[in-house]
Amino acid sequence: MDFADSPAEADFRRRLRGWLHDNNPGLPASSTSDEYWAGQAPWHRALYDAGFFGLSWPKEVGGRELPAVYDVIVDEELARAGAPPRPSLGYLVQGILRHGSDDVRRRFLPGIVDGRERWCQGFSEPDAGSDLASLTTRAAPAGDEYVVHGHKVWTSYSDAADWCLLLARTDPDAPKHRGLSAFAVPMPQPGIEQRPLRMINGITKEFGEVLFDGARVPAANMIGEPGEGWALAMTVVSHEREPGELGYVARYAKVVNELAGTVREEPGRFGTEQVRDLAWAMVEAEMLRLHVCRRLSDRLDGRSGGPEGSVDKLLMTEAEQAVGHAALALDGAGRGGGDDTWLNVYLYSRAQSVMGGTSQIQRNLVAGRVLGLPSS
Amino acid sequence: MDVRLSPEQRALRDSAIQVVDRLAPAAVRDLDDAERTAKLDAAVEASGWRELRSASSPGLGPLASAVEAAIVAEELGRGLADVAFLGPTLAAELRRLAGAPPTASRETVALAPDLSAPACATGGGLGPGAVAVDARDSGAALVLVPLAGGHALAGVALPVAPGPAGGMDLTRPGVPVARGATPVGVAGERTLGPADLQAWTALGLGLACADLVGTMAGAIRLACDYAGSRRQFGAAIGSFQAVQHLLADAYVAMEGSRSVALYAAWAVDALPAAEALAAAAVAKAYCARAARTVCEAAIQVHGGIGNTWDCLAHVYLRRALLSIDLLGGVGPSLARVLEHHGIGGSDGLR
Repeated sequence: MDFADSPAEADFRRRLRGWLHDNNPGLPASSTSDEYWAGQAPWHRALYDAGFFGLSWPKEVGGRELPAVYDVIVDEELARAGAPPRPSLGYLVQGILRHGSDDVRRRFLPGIVDGRERWCQGFSEPDAGSDLASLTTRAAPAGDEYVVHGHKVWTSYSDAADWCLLLARTDPDAPKHRGLSAFAVPMPQPGIEQRPLRMINGITKEFGEVLFDGARVPAANMIGEPGEGWALAMTVVSHEREPGELGYVARYAKVVNELAGTVREEPGRFGTEQVRDLAWAMVEAEMLRLHVCRRLSDRLDGRSGGPEGSVDKLLMTEAEQAVGHAALALDGAGRGGGDDTWLNVYLYSRAQSVMGGTSQIQRNLVAGRVLGLPSS
Repeated sequence: MDVRLSPEQRALRDSAIQVVDRLAPAAVRDLDDAERTAKLDAAVEASGWRELRSASSPGLGPLASAVEAAIVAEELGRGLADVAFLGPTLAAELRRLAGAPPTASRETVALAPDLSAPACATGGGLGPGAVAVDARDSGAALVLVPLAGGHALAGVALPVAPGPAGGMDLTRPGVPVARGATPVGVAGERTLGPADLQAWTALGLGLACADLVGTMAGAIRLACDYAGSRRQFGAAIGSFQAVQHLLADAYVAMEGSRSVALYAAWAVDALPAAEALAAAAVAKAYCARAARTVCEAAIQVHGGIGNTWDCLAHVYLRRALLSIDLLGGVGPSLARVLEHHGIGGSDGLR
């Protein structure tokens, strides 16, 4: 049991720290400005090309087959440097790795991992949120293609995406969980319209909605077998719930460090309650860092995914919203200025208890699958 | 980095689980079973767990790391083990840090009335209200005596028969130290400096956090078992979402606590004292808040029964309350976290 770096890990950390010294793009906090989202693609490619992204994935898809704990080092060093977090797409990689054929994996994964091709995830619909399996987007076979009609929403990065990992109904007569299949759909085509959504903190570059009206996708782009869509979706969302996959540890620590710097500069400006909120944010951000150390160490035993992801998601939400409350408290000390960065960090944090499965759904999963409580 | 327990650490945990499952109280009435508590004490004595932090030989480090001590503490907490461990372990740590020889008789430590700091004898005597913690079968408690540049150790005798168990924690009784008790110096090779006391405090907080994690695990298990068997409206109450979410939140709080507590225990021996104390403060703030909420939830799930003396739920809560206060609860811990980040003057948090 050792939290310390091995010699190889220490060497990796030194190289990363040196690289960040010269290559930190200095983007704003991810959640507060469209400038961040515009700069995210070059940041992804730079991080990958320097050898600091996709560390734990197979070499055949562009990874480095390092133990997952190296991602902890990346998160810690990104936070220390005040650099943007690593891109959040490990859950897509896990879904395609587990369910895709060799051909699908070879065609699609290297481009996701190295950042040359951008992806979005077409799961939720206006009438299928928590009840995802009731989705109605239809993919109907037509020769060696499928034709797609439907409406997806809460689609992150849809404006910049080259591909959409689409969950659609291919067998309307099957029970609702069994009639779904997954596809890699090319986004630039006449049958797809992308509309940005403006979130409560004003950003427009993260979320969108996507309308499919006769969009076409080759049958060879199906990921997994027909009817395997629900299983793939569960793989994706169970990994989407793990903070170790998302790299949010760095994002929270970066905000906490900046808030602490504000208080250190003008200690007399803040009251006890405001400073107390900051202290909780420090505790929560550190809790999440250490929790990720534990969960990524578990992967050395081959343990990942599973219902514990719901525990991770709830802890991640707790951390993000504590950081958000600290940002709000300290912003409140300086109201009247034009900089609404901290207000926007707070507002963005409200989405964390909804996206990737609401906190209420996560609690249902913990109660049933972890605690073994009887179903109602 | 690999924070999984080693095979040896897992074996230690398994043997602690065995002792607890065999000899710890299974019901409130068991707390009065002197034959059982004597057997439990004998099993812990035979295991050597109370000596884990004694010097391996004079002037050297402890027999085992704080992680091993925390593994034992967690299982004792999970089982509501009514046996001395924390107090004697902290006394052994003080003796080792001061270069004092181990003692053959049972000994614990005395803390200030609010338990937030070690008891300190100034002007030759102790102030009012000092408490010897986890004092079952202890004949003496260690206190600090200020010297130029640090502290020396001294011992105060405790009453032979402390009277019926009572107070906050029914499993780890405290004993008031008589006002004006005269400490008798304990010869040591070294003066305890500020870093020694930081490291000692980090160990105490780390063990308290481990005990809290175990206490939470035991309380959650108790509540889940009850929720699965108690029926209302024709169904087990554990099938109702309102009850499920209460217990799910409790489990999540315990898992977050487990992560911070593990790091705090590791930090005691692996990091410089100031860093170890900061890690311990993060853990204590988190675990203290979590444990009170979790144990309160266990009482709530039990409904009216949970508010009766004969339900074990309050024994978990009471054990947690002592661990929460030990060497500083939420407020003092948050103040320590801020100080470590260079934000002082946070006394208002206390």
